[in-house]
Amino acid sequence: MSDDDSLLVQRRTSGVATHAAYRVGTEAPGTRLLLIALALGFLGLFIVLPLAVVLTEAFTHGAAAAWTAIREPDTAASIRLTLIVAAIVVPLNLVFGIAAAWAIAKFSFRGKSLLITLIDLPFSVSPVVAGLIFVLVFGGDGAIARWLAAHDLKVLFALPGIVLVTVFVTFPFVARELIPLMQEQGTGDEEAALTLGASGLRTFLTVTLPNIRWALLYGVLLCNARAMGEFGAVAVVSGRIRGLTTTMPLQVEILYNEYPIYPAFAVAALLALLALVTLVIKSFLEWRYSDNLSSRARH
Amino acid sequence: MDRTEVRVERVGKAFRDAAALTGIDLHVREGELLALLGPSGSGKTTLLRVIAGLEVPDTGRVFFGRDDVTDRPVQQRGIGFVFQHYALFKHLSVYDNIAYGPRARPRGSRPAEGALRRRIEELLALVQLEGFGKRFPAQLSGGQRQRVALARALATDPRVLLLDEPFGALDAQVRKDLRRWLREIHRETGQTTIFVTHDQDEALELADRVAILNRGRLEQVGTPD
Repeated sequence: MSDDDSLLVQRRTSGVATHAAYRVGTEAPGTRLLLIALALGFLGLFIVLPLAVVLTEAFTHGAAAAWTAIREPDTAASIRLTLIVAAIVVPLNLVFGIAAAWAIAKFSFRGKSLLITLIDLPFSVSPVVAGLIFVLVFGGDGAIARWLAAHDLKVLFALPGIVLVTVFVTFPFVARELIPLMQEQGTGDEEAALTLGASGLRTFLTVTLPNIRWALLYGVLLCNARAMGEFGAVAVVSGRIRGLTTTMPLQVEILYNEYPIYPAFAVAALLALLALVTLVIKSFLEWRYSDNLSSRARH
Repeated sequence: MDRTEVRVERVGKAFRDAAALTGIDLHVREGELLALLGPSGSGKTTLLRVIAGLEVPDTGRVFFGRDDVTDRPVQQRGIGFVFQHYALFKHLSVYDNIAYGPRARPRGSRPAEGALRRRIEELLALVQLEGFGKRFPAQLSGGQRQRVALARALATDPRVLLLDEPFGALDAQVRKDLRRWLREIHRETGQTTIFVTHDQDEALELADRVAILNRGRLEQVGTPD
């Protein structure tokens, strides 16, 4: 998350910097060429090349074979599961994220800094550890496990467990995106709406939500990308039951360990495609959102 | 327009770090323009926010006419509030900003769009911004924004108009113009008005009476001369 923030800032400031450099001409043309070549080379080696490999491997036996591989029942089930998990997790974290950001940005209370630290926790804990925590909480011989067994509820090695860890891992995205923005905006607009007679709900819908809409969408997209791509935490709690509890990333790994391996790349290519679509929407929003930011700075 | 007097009785409020209030008694007459004058940290904004209902006092009562409004939420007090930094809704046009209050009314008492349009045209004329309805706050100067904020506050037909350092964020010349203009608007509407300022000249030039606050206490209330 913070990476994306700094990227955004970098993008904006570097735009200004190159502009100035172009005018003043402090850097020799050679230096500039070298830097550009380095950046492009790095990009090619670490991003474009792997993507190209995934795509070529996926289509080694043709598009039809790749398509058949994706429609294989277990694989199709994994795609369905991934979409279901994302469809549950993203709305949940949308609500949690807004609630947490609202509490932190608009009120002062005891333990606020602790709450901010806790929100960051999923980013600092390894996903595998996060998965293990949930195994320990809901599995084994604990009171919760016994209560669940008594009520015939399955959490581990089932959809609820996968959803829970994914919620945990992706929790910070929306909240982190909103907190600085809402802190900067303060409560002035909300107070104005209240003095004009608006109810709390109306104030939220007509004033707060429009003020944060771009940041919110941005956070939701990042949350969605991670929810679909999470491997470690899901691997631990899902039990990897083929066709039942394997999500797309897990299915990729399973297929990769079998022969032939091109189906693994077909699924990987699909996952990459989903990520690319997200990235395109994100870039578009970034553009809109930075416009929004600068218009706010002009006030 | 429904006017009212405002009475503040023995209002006290303690904060951990913000300006506190101690035993404030204040009577604002019907139709009067009263200035709350004091240095920063004197509690003048806190007092204004207590009258508005944006803060709840620890002790004391607030009356609008005969109504004890102390426990009434801000939405039901019938006040208009103008903020120092305008607090215009930047995603809404000037027209929609001014229409926000009337549209937020309960369904039964919401004005028809036609009547609302006429009312907003009237208000835009009053604040000398005819033809600005379609613009957005970002396209306006500071002085224009504050005039929109005033029109928006007046659109709800408030019983009491409250202004928190309304010209604080503007430069000297605009400030002078707006002062004169606010004085005129007050003469036209005759609205009970309380405004907060730390500028003595502004208080003396504008107000019928000036109330001086210092360290959370009301030190003096009197006419400018």
